[in-house]
Amino acid sequence: MAPLIETRDLSLHFGGLKAVDGIDFVLNTGEIHALIGPNGAGKTTFVGLLSGRRVAQSGSILMDGEDITRLAAHVRVRKGIAYTFQITSIFPRLTVFDNVALAVQSHGTRALSAKTRAALARVGLEGLETQEAQTLSYGHQRLLELAMGLALNPRVLILDEPTQGLAASEIDSFVQLVKGLAPATTVLLIEHDMEVVMDLATRITVLNFGQVLATGTPAEIRANPLVQEAYLGA
Amino acid sequence: MRPWLLHLALIAGLVLAQFLLPPYHATNLARIMVLAVFAMGYNLAFGYTGLLSLGHALFFAAGMYAAALPAQLWGLSAGPALVIGVLGGGTMAAVVGILALRTAGVSFMIVTLMFAQAGYLTILYFGATTGGDEGFTLPAAARTVLGFDLSTDRPRFLAALTLFATGLLASLALVRSPFGRTMVAMRENEERSRMLGYDPFAVKLTALFLSGLYAGAAGAAYALLFGYAGASFATIQYSILPMLYVLLGGAGTTLGPFLGAFLMFVLIEVASGVTSAYLFFVGLALVVLVLFAPKGILGSVRERWVKWLP
Repeated sequence: MAPLIETRDLSLHFGGLKAVDGIDFVLNTGEIHALIGPNGAGKTTFVGLLSGRRVAQSGSILMDGEDITRLAAHVRVRKGIAYTFQITSIFPRLTVFDNVALAVQSHGTRALSAKTRAALARVGLEGLETQEAQTLSYGHQRLLELAMGLALNPRVLILDEPTQGLAASEIDSFVQLVKGLAPATTVLLIEHDMEVVMDLATRITVLNFGQVLATGTPAEIRANPLVQEAYLGA
Repeated sequence: MRPWLLHLALIAGLVLAQFLLPPYHATNLARIMVLAVFAMGYNLAFGYTGLLSLGHALFFAAGMYAAALPAQLWGLSAGPALVIGVLGGGTMAAVVGILALRTAGVSFMIVTLMFAQAGYLTILYFGATTGGDEGFTLPAAARTVLGFDLSTDRPRFLAALTLFATGLLASLALVRSPFGRTMVAMRENEERSRMLGYDPFAVKLTALFLSGLYAGAAGAAYALLFGYAGASFATIQYSILPMLYVLLGGAGTTLGPFLGAFLMFVLIEVASGVTSAYLFFVGLALVVLVLFAPKGILGSVRERWVKWLP
């Protein structure tokens, strides 16, 4: 069976900066895959290529063996690749309900209200439907962003630093939430918090200077001397 | 439910107005209603979808000439002429949109303005047919619908009211529909909308097309009800007017276009009775608006008091 998503020799350079430099990467169905690496390693640029926010200069991206390298971002979303933004990107002046309803209705308007409420309940935002999104606390806005991603009913959910700026208690419930998503939804997670990564990930890929430094289980990554040198600073 | 009742109440009030108002004012109100249809179309593009166009005069004029020329040349009657006018406005908006929507923001303003100017010059260029600046009056035969003579007061008022009511209720239904929500999403955060699976180009083009249908309907109705078509309706002034109406009444509110058109019409009427420099008062009103109610009258009302206002 072809992996859910696969990249082959994927590259994007900004002038002399090799943000993504020949990455071969495999995302298997049902896993929670963490993408880690120092700041500027190319993590966000790489998932930008996967989601279609950026266009690759060379190499290819396959989904179920089908080449999606040149597909527009909105088409990839419809194929099941959902992206939640690193910097919270919601519709601040719309209600919480409308924010999520927009995600639901992009796949059809049947049972719109019920599906929207279900997505909100999943992240624990029920009861806040009529609030303007910009009046939510930061933690709740992150959850709203997640609800929008979930409401797309994606095959793969890309989470770009989802726990950034959350309080410790919020992080705990977030981890439980993401654990419950797999294996029905495949998760690709960019994360700086090593505790979260080790707790959640079934596999980890380490990027450095736009290249894959190592891939493996959490235990393998922890034991890898290259990773320790480049990243964990041991 | 409340929004529908409010809109139906306005329509009922306008039905009553024709019995209460003297003919001169009733005719003015008919004019306001037609201009409000134009503004409602502008509002769909600008107020709801965030497309700041400076070229809507072209869509208005496309509707006007698409209705008036067949009436003039081949004696087409008002009903079919109106339909052709509506489609003319929509088609023009779609064609312009396909090209102009490759741009956004200030570039979009300039490109739409450029198209509208090209349209205006085209009308002048074919002056032998279009009448150019002087325009032409429509033959009386073209101004009847179902046996009613649209050049007389009551049928004219009712025709304008029917068009207005249809446009108003359609726009209310639209903005409360899932597609209406998508239009607003495009205005509020295009990149987020894209990452929810929406094609920004397709959504904006659809909104502009719908906007063009309204502008075309208004242009056609203006010619058929008031009996005149001319190039002056394709000038920049007629791109600015719907924008002023919408800004005054409240961008992104369904009733704002009518309120704005009404108040601006009254303001110009009163001010031009006092001085020939009536545009001074228009400018003054806009400065006051920008300073104290940048969201327009109904935009401010919604923000402060009536949250459910659509």
